[in-house]
Amino acid sequence: MTTLLIAEHDNKALNEATLRAASAAAKLGDGFDVLVAGEGAGAVAEEAAKIAGAGKVLNADNAAFAHQLAEPVADLIVSLADGYDAIVAPATSNWKNTLPRVAALLDVMQISDITEVVSGDTFVRPIYAGNAFQKVQTSDAKKVITVRTTAFEAAATDGSASVEAVDNTPNNAISSFKSEQLAGGDRVDLASAKVVVSGGRAFGSKEKFNELLEPLADKLGAALGASRAAVDAGYAPNDWQVGQTGKVVAPKLYIAIGISGAIQHLAGMKDSTTIVAINSDEDAPIFSVADYGLVGDLFELVPELTSALD
Amino acid sequence: MKILVPVKRVVDYNVKIRVKADGTGVDLANVKMSMNPFDEIAVEEALKLKEAGKAEEVIVVSIGPEKAQETLRTGLAMGADRGILIKTDETVEPLDVAKLLKAVVDEEQPQLVILGKQAIDDDANQTGQMLGALLGWGQGTFAYDVELSGDGVDVTREVDGGLQTVSLSLPAIITTDLRLNEPRYASLPNIMKAKKKPLDVKEPGDYGVEIKNRLTVLETTEPPKRKAGIKVGSVAELVDKLKNEAGAI
Repeated sequence: MTTLLIAEHDNKALNEATLRAASAAAKLGDGFDVLVAGEGAGAVAEEAAKIAGAGKVLNADNAAFAHQLAEPVADLIVSLADGYDAIVAPATSNWKNTLPRVAALLDVMQISDITEVVSGDTFVRPIYAGNAFQKVQTSDAKKVITVRTTAFEAAATDGSASVEAVDNTPNNAISSFKSEQLAGGDRVDLASAKVVVSGGRAFGSKEKFNELLEPLADKLGAALGASRAAVDAGYAPNDWQVGQTGKVVAPKLYIAIGISGAIQHLAGMKDSTTIVAINSDEDAPIFSVADYGLVGDLFELVPELTSALD
Repeated sequence: MKILVPVKRVVDYNVKIRVKADGTGVDLANVKMSMNPFDEIAVEEALKLKEAGKAEEVIVVSIGPEKAQETLRTGLAMGADRGILIKTDETVEPLDVAKLLKAVVDEEQPQLVILGKQAIDDDANQTGQMLGALLGWGQGTFAYDVELSGDGVDVTREVDGGLQTVSLSLPAIITTDLRLNEPRYASLPNIMKAKKKPLDVKEPGDYGVEIKNRLTVLETTEPPKRKAGIKVGSVAELVDKLKNEAGAI
């Protein structure tokens, strides 16, 4: 069974989520090819060629794929689907957006956000915000799957696959890219960070949130995250939200500060290796998943922790 | 123009669900059910467009058991004009939901279908995109902002790195994310009025769609539990534990 793995990238670099989805793709059976859909993403294709186990890399280079809009990219994937038994992508916002479109065009019921490959047709996936897990078996001949990347290790990058150009000029009159506001900056990517420092509503203001958390995150080389409450209050941008409906993270160390620990938030971080919670309420639900809990005033404890890390 | 808003009856957002001991599923007996929160946001967005004079009619549609009428009545009480229930007691997977919705779209000819980005029970996050594919329409998923112009709609989307705005020609699909709006509460007079609004009850067969599930659920399990941690008394103790016990820093 050959699988087509869809690469997550920004036309410049291959996102680590691809390597994690590659591990899931490898578990399906007889190898996988990688599709890079983008514009001027040759360097990404070269990086993808190093993914251990990759058969070949298909580089679909076209202006219409520059922003990876769902409509043209879904058509591209469908045009390649005949040669594959499974289509696999990381469950990033890009592929959450595009892959169900592919599935419907192929008349396949997608399996979203898998956390385990049990066999070629059986998978485990979370439901109810991760409060339960379903083992599902599909009867579809072709599989369309998105992968929860935190559940899989990154594949090695010691391969040397060939890169082939895919000639595909989409005809897309229904959607176009207008603009984007991406956070960028030097901060580590939240989804793949080894350490995440997250703040909640208890900070009380955007200023305090940044003033207290940034030095701590800098010391730890950490990505910054936030609870939904903190995002809704405007303390942090929306793409920092950790939780079932935001980003699911599983770093080696997750430090939750001033976060009470709503189910939604816990679903997004409880697979972290070590969890630290700092909260003034000793009964806060966050302590039920924390390896180390510290009860007290975050306005005192956070600066103290930051200086203790010198 | 018409706006179609599909709504799903799900376990209430605040309920802590329990997995049945025999692994056959989630215990739904005597559990409070509500409209899927993302669908409430979808209803609200449709109503805002109507109130801004950009739409004439908002139709809510649900696929589910008889009791999904309650969910439709909630939508009507919020302000939708009429409802359609496609009644079935079977589990309907997103692909079949999309096929049924396509049939409703073919009949009703809305210019916009606004859906929640995912239902909080199966967390599939598929139906809107699948409907877009089946109709050949453009899609603005995970919407943060919606700007309707004459013959198109700009949708600002929540994406991994921040926000992305796409322009779609109409008709189009929009799926809602959390920050698109704050859904209104239905007032008591509106709840009373909603009881008199038209609500058609149909069956999947009326739309020529056969429910054909592709997935078999073999087992439902509890997530692995984390072992209980400890409380530390000071920052110094925390740093010591992280360094010497957990090896985390």
